[in-house]
Amino acid sequence: MEGPLLAVSDLRTHFRTARGLVRAVDGVSCTLERGRTLGVVGESGSGKTVLSRSIMGLLPKQNVVRSGSVRFEGREISSADPRTMRGLWGTEMAMVFQDPMTSLNPVMRIGNQITESLRYHLEVAKDFANDTAIALLHSVGIPEPERRMREYPHQLSGGMRQRVTIAIALACGPKLLFADEPTTALDVTVQAQILDLLQLQQSERFMAMILVTHDLGVVAGRADDIAVMYAGKIVEKASTRTLFTEVSHPYTEALLKSIPRLADPSHTRLEAIGGRPPDLLKLARGCKFAPRCPYARPRCAEEEPVLSESGSPGHSFACFYAVGTPEGADALARNRAVGASPGAGV
Amino acid sequence: MLGRSRSAPSTSVEAPGAQVAVKASAEPEADARKRLGAIGWIACGWLILVVVVAVVVPLLPLADPNTSIASLARKGPFTDGHIFGGDGNGRDLFSRIAWGTRASLEVSVGAVGAGLLFGGFFGLVAGYFRGRLETYLTGLLDVMLAFPQLVLALALVTFLRGDPNQKGGAHLSTVVVLIIALGIVSTPILARITRASTLTWAQREFVLAAKAQGSKSFRILFREVLPNVLPAMFSIALLGVAVVIVAEGGLSLLGLGVELPTPSWGNIIALGRNDLRDAPHIVFIPSIVIFVTVMALNYLGDVVRARFDVRESGL
Repeated sequence: MEGPLLAVSDLRTHFRTARGLVRAVDGVSCTLERGRTLGVVGESGSGKTVLSRSIMGLLPKQNVVRSGSVRFEGREISSADPRTMRGLWGTEMAMVFQDPMTSLNPVMRIGNQITESLRYHLEVAKDFANDTAIALLHSVGIPEPERRMREYPHQLSGGMRQRVTIAIALACGPKLLFADEPTTALDVTVQAQILDLLQLQQSERFMAMILVTHDLGVVAGRADDIAVMYAGKIVEKASTRTLFTEVSHPYTEALLKSIPRLADPSHTRLEAIGGRPPDLLKLARGCKFAPRCPYARPRCAEEEPVLSESGSPGHSFACFYAVGTPEGADALARNRAVGASPGAGV
Repeated sequence: MLGRSRSAPSTSVEAPGAQVAVKASAEPEADARKRLGAIGWIACGWLILVVVVAVVVPLLPLADPNTSIASLARKGPFTDGHIFGGDGNGRDLFSRIAWGTRASLEVSVGAVGAGLLFGGFFGLVAGYFRGRLETYLTGLLDVMLAFPQLVLALALVTFLRGDPNQKGGAHLSTVVVLIIALGIVSTPILARITRASTLTWAQREFVLAAKAQGSKSFRILFREVLPNVLPAMFSIALLGVAVVIVAEGGLSLLGLGVELPTPSWGNIIALGRNDLRDAPHIVFIPSIVIFVTVMALNYLGDVVRARFDVRESGL
């Protein structure tokens, strides 16, 4: 089939709340080819989770305003009815959730939780579903799958449970897998294993994946493309290699600087990003990152830069004074000259 | 009426079923409530006895509960080998109480069962689908709750029974009438508890995960949500049975309980009222039976609630 697997254009998801309209996702466009991985990176509250749930159509109807287009295999699904979506969920697209402690049903045996969607979607016999589930558990690296099938979630460790949720998501062979911070709730030692497992399953099944995380380190070696989100918008988007070699948006740069490095001497101060993510209820006119940005100039508070491609092909970012450009260097130098803290140039 | 004696919320985080042994030292108080203990076993034993008697009473070597022996009328316990003595008409009181167990349990378990079925369904649907449906359902239930419960039960029994003087036409048996009436009265309470429990479970991520796997709403509701809500429904149902036993007694006093000559705990007391001065045992013995049964049900209801309470099994 021609065309990308997933094409999102100008997707907006706003929540009506008692305090006003929250623009959780505000005009996001991206495409994803079959078998590729898109990493979505951003700090808490940047709209990553809402973006993935919004694409999948999992948000409640009430008090949610959604606009824009989501095309899956060329079909428009942003306005599809629930029945159509149910046909896609599980079989075409599936999701692995953040916390395996809450994303498994505590009173249902592991086996039943996996066979549930198999029997429902594929209408296979019980024995066949059981055999498939055992094979799935085996493929996600769970020892003694026959025994685990009969156990309950509380009998499994966090890493094991996440493996089970992955097995559930993969059960019906989806073409697109959303992994919503799949390792955030896990021990550091288990995180790499789970990510490796996801990557392995993805390449074996030629499945596309959207890997949502707040950790650039997680997506660095695993995603083909990376989209950096801030305040509900994509601020920089590029192939992984380009993004790390030609960092352009000051926010991406700040995120990279805030990763601790093993090579640094002991007690090196970790560079944090000053300030807080903006209040999505009261967004300012200009660039949303301007108040925290060391490059920000008065123009940034007035005008909002649009995401546009420049430099390498496929690399786009939304900034007037991009990192590594003469304008950026100039802006940084001027801000430094007046001894300003980030955002003071605004 | 049903919702009293809430156990204090505790901070224990534990998977339901990931049992006691792990944290025996951490929270002795919570543990004490979760284990059955001596009183719990006595309560259990009593209820088992009551249920067994209700089931096998025709097989027991008892005197006929409807045969009057003139010499036994208003006689106290242990008269001529009748352990509980006789009632106002000279019928064996022990036998009548044993047979009464059957009617009382039929009414209370039947009514609570009906209430669980309908109230549980309304509660699940309201708590899961939310929206306008929930507004209408909870509104309706609130209206039902606003009636004094005994008055509502009275009105329903009177209405369902029809005119007893009217000849012809099939009348419902009083046991069925009471089950329907008390079932309707208990529906809103059970619905509210179910809805509250459903609300907390429906927000869990595994429900969203099931949705993301393409399950239909009702499948999610009954396969994912219901099994988690059942313990809460069960604990309130135990308390409900106790309340309905008492309610049947109250209706009997007003002459609207199980119809004579079929004995029930309630109508034995109602009959004995006339002889309270001369033969108080006719009222007291069945009263004690009701008291112990209700205590046992309430105690076990609290144990079940403490054991499975949503707030305590935070997971």
